[in-house]
Amino acid sequence: MKRVKTLTAGTLSNTVAKGGCGECQTSCQSACKTSCTVGNQSCENKENK
Amino acid sequence: MVHRYRSGGYDIVLDVASGAVHVVDDLMYDMIGLEEEHVPRDEIIRIVKEKYKDSYSDEDIADSFSDIDELTEAGQLFTEDVYKDVVVDFKKRKTVVKALCLHIAHDCNLACKYCFADEGEYHGQKRELMPFEVGKQALDFLIENSGSRTNLEVDFFGGEPLMNFEVVKQLVAYGRSREKEANKNFRFTLTTNGMLLNDEVIDFCNAEMSNVVLSLDGRKEVNDRMRPTRNGKGSYDIIVPKFKHFVEKRGDKSYYVRGTFTRKNLDFYEDFKEMADLGFTEISIEPVVLPPESEYALREEDIPKICEEYDKLAADIVRRAKAGKPVNFFHFKVDLTGGPCVYKRLSGCGSGTEYLAVTPQGKLFPCHQFVGIDGFELGDVWQGVTNTEMTNEFKCCNVYAKEKCRDCFSRFYCSGGCAANSYLFHGHILDAYDIGCKLQQKRLECAIMINAALSDN
Repeated sequence: MKRVKTLTAGTLSNTVAKGGCGECQTSCQSACKTSCTVGNQSCENKENK
Repeated sequence: MVHRYRSGGYDIVLDVASGAVHVVDDLMYDMIGLEEEHVPRDEIIRIVKEKYKDSYSDEDIADSFSDIDELTEAGQLFTEDVYKDVVVDFKKRKTVVKALCLHIAHDCNLACKYCFADEGEYHGQKRELMPFEVGKQALDFLIENSGSRTNLEVDFFGGEPLMNFEVVKQLVAYGRSREKEANKNFRFTLTTNGMLLNDEVIDFCNAEMSNVVLSLDGRKEVNDRMRPTRNGKGSYDIIVPKFKHFVEKRGDKSYYVRGTFTRKNLDFYEDFKEMADLGFTEISIEPVVLPPESEYALREEDIPKICEEYDKLAADIVRRAKAGKPVNFFHFKVDLTGGPCVYKRLSGCGSGTEYLAVTPQGKLFPCHQFVGIDGFELGDVWQGVTNTEMTNEFKCCNVYAKEKCRDCFSRFYCSGGCAANSYLFHGHILDAYDIGCKLQQKRLECAIMINAALSDN
């Protein structure tokens, strides 16, 4: 790749197969309480590591 | 779908469905835009040559096409959104409860002007504290309804939870006593206005709370205008020394100093600076959510000014990080590589299904913001969820159920937004709070720009 710097190659579609374990944090339990943000959370599925 | 934008001197391309993020130059930036509009390649060449004259060579253009093809092939550009099928299974899923917001005190020792909890009264409910027996039953309910989930979250919330600190301590002890036999791991958190903090409370929280949220609005005049005591005096001078002491003793455990900005302090970057300069490194400042008739409510016309403040804040985050003194801003944190799975991104906060609020009387609501609103009571901690019609409605609350989200570049980062905000502004949970959406989009742009800037050393 000559003209692009890729910050992340994206992994969303890969998570379809192994995702959904639900061990991750509930978003409103962090610091918001009046909005909804999930993109800042980390996956806690050990199989995805 | 791609989202292209310029921020902080970077040309950024977000491939929405894959989550891939690329930093490109001006030429590639334009070419990706034209490709997405299905402009024929010979026409693209003509357009960019006319625009850039001699700035780019034929080889540069050819290389750009080659990169575009390579990225597309690798599923990192123009990726199709194929997750709708996931949602079908999703509706049939059996949900478990994994988080509770325990309203340990429906009472407060401050009288914040924007409080959605009506200073603890929550839409006319009486001021009261949660008895231990109710909290204990809530923890039992959580354990019994959490299936195979190991990590269970319990937030002590209010009103002001420290007005009922003895019960907080008893409930933490009870939760810990059940962890081993039930094979669960409780993550307790507490949100406090700081008025009742002392060393005993601080030491207890530092030992037991995986996160604490400390409410402060920033500058003294802003904080004291919005967060007065019940007798009308400012709270800043009381709480700031306590928060500093708390955070010093907390070591590397998680915390947030959290503020709210309103129409009265649209220059909230100044409040961020105040907090950072006080020595706090984990900061959150949220837009207030109030009905339009409130003098504090944000209006559509305020959006450009708010976005300007977010830009200043993002630039400051980059500056501080590069100077070796990083400060985290909650809404600018984005985990680009190890973020949540698609299921989480589609279903969002889990209110009404995985996440429930419990009142001092043991009643269950979809989340803390729905407490006390007619029609949203789901059951209680003894009988469990009995209003299954309502929980089914929340279960179907996902990105694809919301018209406004379908073409939004931010949909996998906010997961369709807050159901309570949607209800407040549109009367049902399957819409989106429009001002909130625009601010969310801006914050995501800033968050990605910060990643770009910090990878650029």
